[in-house]
Amino acid sequence: MEKFTTLTGIAAPMPLVNIDTDMIIPKQFLKTIKRSGLGVNLFDELRYDRDGREIPDFVLNQPAWRNAQILIAGDNFGCGSSREHAPWALLDFGIRCVISTSFADIFFNNCFKNGILPVVLPQDAVDALMKDARKGANARQTVDLEAQTVTASDGRSWSFEIDPFRKHCLLNGLDDIGLTMEKAALIDRYEMQMAQARPWV
Amino acid sequence: MTIPAAAAPRTLYDKIWDAHVVDRQEDGTCLLYIDRHLVHEVTSPQAFEGLRMAGRKVRAPERTIAVPDHNVPTTWDREKGIDNEESRIQVEALDRNAREFGVVYYPVNDIRQGIVHIVGPEQGWTLPGMTVVCGDSHTATHGAFGALAHGIGTSEVEHVLATQTLIQKKSRNMKVEITGRLAPGVTAKDVVLAIIARTGTAGGTGHVIEYCGEVIRNLSMEGRMTICNMAIEGGARAGLIAPDETTFAYVKGRPHAPKGAQWEAALAWWKTLRSDEGAHFDKVVTLRGEDIAPTVTWGTSPEDALPITARVPAPEDFTGGKVEAARRSLDYMGLTPGTPLTDIAIDAVFIGSCTNGRIEDLRAAADVLRGRRLAEGVRGMVVPGSGLVRAQAEEEGLDRIFKDAGFEWRLAGCSMCLGMNPDQLAPGERCAATSNRNFEGRQGYRGRTHLMSPAMAAAAGVAGRLVDIREFAAQPA
Repeated sequence: MEKFTTLTGIAAPMPLVNIDTDMIIPKQFLKTIKRSGLGVNLFDELRYDRDGREIPDFVLNQPAWRNAQILIAGDNFGCGSSREHAPWALLDFGIRCVISTSFADIFFNNCFKNGILPVVLPQDAVDALMKDARKGANARQTVDLEAQTVTASDGRSWSFEIDPFRKHCLLNGLDDIGLTMEKAALIDRYEMQMAQARPWV
Repeated sequence: MTIPAAAAPRTLYDKIWDAHVVDRQEDGTCLLYIDRHLVHEVTSPQAFEGLRMAGRKVRAPERTIAVPDHNVPTTWDREKGIDNEESRIQVEALDRNAREFGVVYYPVNDIRQGIVHIVGPEQGWTLPGMTVVCGDSHTATHGAFGALAHGIGTSEVEHVLATQTLIQKKSRNMKVEITGRLAPGVTAKDVVLAIIARTGTAGGTGHVIEYCGEVIRNLSMEGRMTICNMAIEGGARAGLIAPDETTFAYVKGRPHAPKGAQWEAALAWWKTLRSDEGAHFDKVVTLRGEDIAPTVTWGTSPEDALPITARVPAPEDFTGGKVEAARRSLDYMGLTPGTPLTDIAIDAVFIGSCTNGRIEDLRAAADVLRGRRLAEGVRGMVVPGSGLVRAQAEEEGLDRIFKDAGFEWRLAGCSMCLGMNPDQLAPGERCAATSNRNFEGRQGYRGRTHLMSPAMAAAAGVAGRLVDIREFAAQPA
């Protein structure tokens, strides 16, 4: 997993609430057996018409935000299906940070497994960053994970909370499985106890 | 006097959690043991590939159960193979991975194949007090047994395959109590839609919901599974219902349920799995069963649910970001504010899914359809949740009723709930669906979905529009 330390980049405004994972990456693209290559289909049905032509109004089709690395989104981003194809598609497009007032739990969790930082901020902060993002490509925002701050293009800054363990893993690009494998003896012990306590499992 | 922590009253969630902690870090992050890992073809190939690349094995193949469901055709000629190449590759990958890593496997041609969340309980893999995960958000279904069950992403699928554990922080406790009794015509689906309408799709975020109250107690296991299935639509990764005699009766005798002395030992523990008197809930929501009407969705979020007697709302009826979302939904759904919901004409009916694809659901729909036919121009599809549900329905003659009513009778799979196989809505087509999500494009590009109970969907098919089952059922066939 790629580390996340600081990021300065273009932020795309997507004020819609309840953006679900079917919107982020529709089902027809879940048939892949790979993790890569989904960026071109990120937000597919919002981004392209039936004939595959770009819909000019869609934010990521507009010149200012084509290279966005940050998304500023409405409440409850990533609700619905558990498909990790959603963060894979965001990452493949180049999005490394999503900022919203709230995220759905499974999507939120999946982000951390892929080096994407989901940032939760209060409504007024998200509104201010959304407004800032609307200015376009010159309005670069900075996300600093170590300092736990997001800074708008005009220098205004907000602090965010993050779970310390998740922060540690993201800052260092740590692989969960490797960490857990080091605890194999504890898992062995649990399984032995379980064979006594719940032998039917 | 201070009460020692061990004696503090605990919720059902607390108890299952505590029984599965392998390790706890200082910051509260836990390593949680996973008793059952269910696997389907869409969210697992990258995980198995990850194991292969790292030279890792599946730690507990006997606790890992794989079944293809999302991509499989539901047509009767499916033994001839899958036409869509990508779908075929994905199902073949599961086939190969299941055999190579030695996990329990129900292939497409096995009578026990079906939607993973229907197969697990049916085969007795899902038992009270267990932790159950699957790379699928509707894993919440298994909470109906008093099992802590939730969806995970593919990275976590790989983590569970390799270690049989998950790194987790504990969620908060939420209680949703449904008091009293349900009126005739009101089902578990109406209850869960009414709950989501009340709490919103983010109301359960960060929480595990325990559903309780007299209405829940009186539900069958099928009904309880319908409720827990849609916990995720209310934002909660997991829903729970305390196990009771209804649960034990359902579980007993299932192929993988404990037998003999082990059954007795299991039962003794299962009976302790209930929230203690005075246990703390961070959030409590109470609904009166009597207040719940047959409920349908009008928009593109499951929270857009209203009693069938209501009218299509206007964007101005909402506040904040929901105003724009409602405007977008109405445009997508092709609906005009103020229209009675019962004036909405439909083109298709879909009966099936992990929400409502069990035998009781098919019986409820068949009861409505006996001696009736689909309205002119309406197409209908019934997709049993598993091969065994299909066999049971056929034994009861339900297939005959559906076919006589003009429905297609299909083989088991996820089908038109998400349309990864050819079962999809056409652009603009409007469907009365028993599934769980009415998102844009969910059932097919530009397809329009109204969620409702099996009886309501069947009745809508006959009437050619959404109807109130309470009035419909009173009319002679």
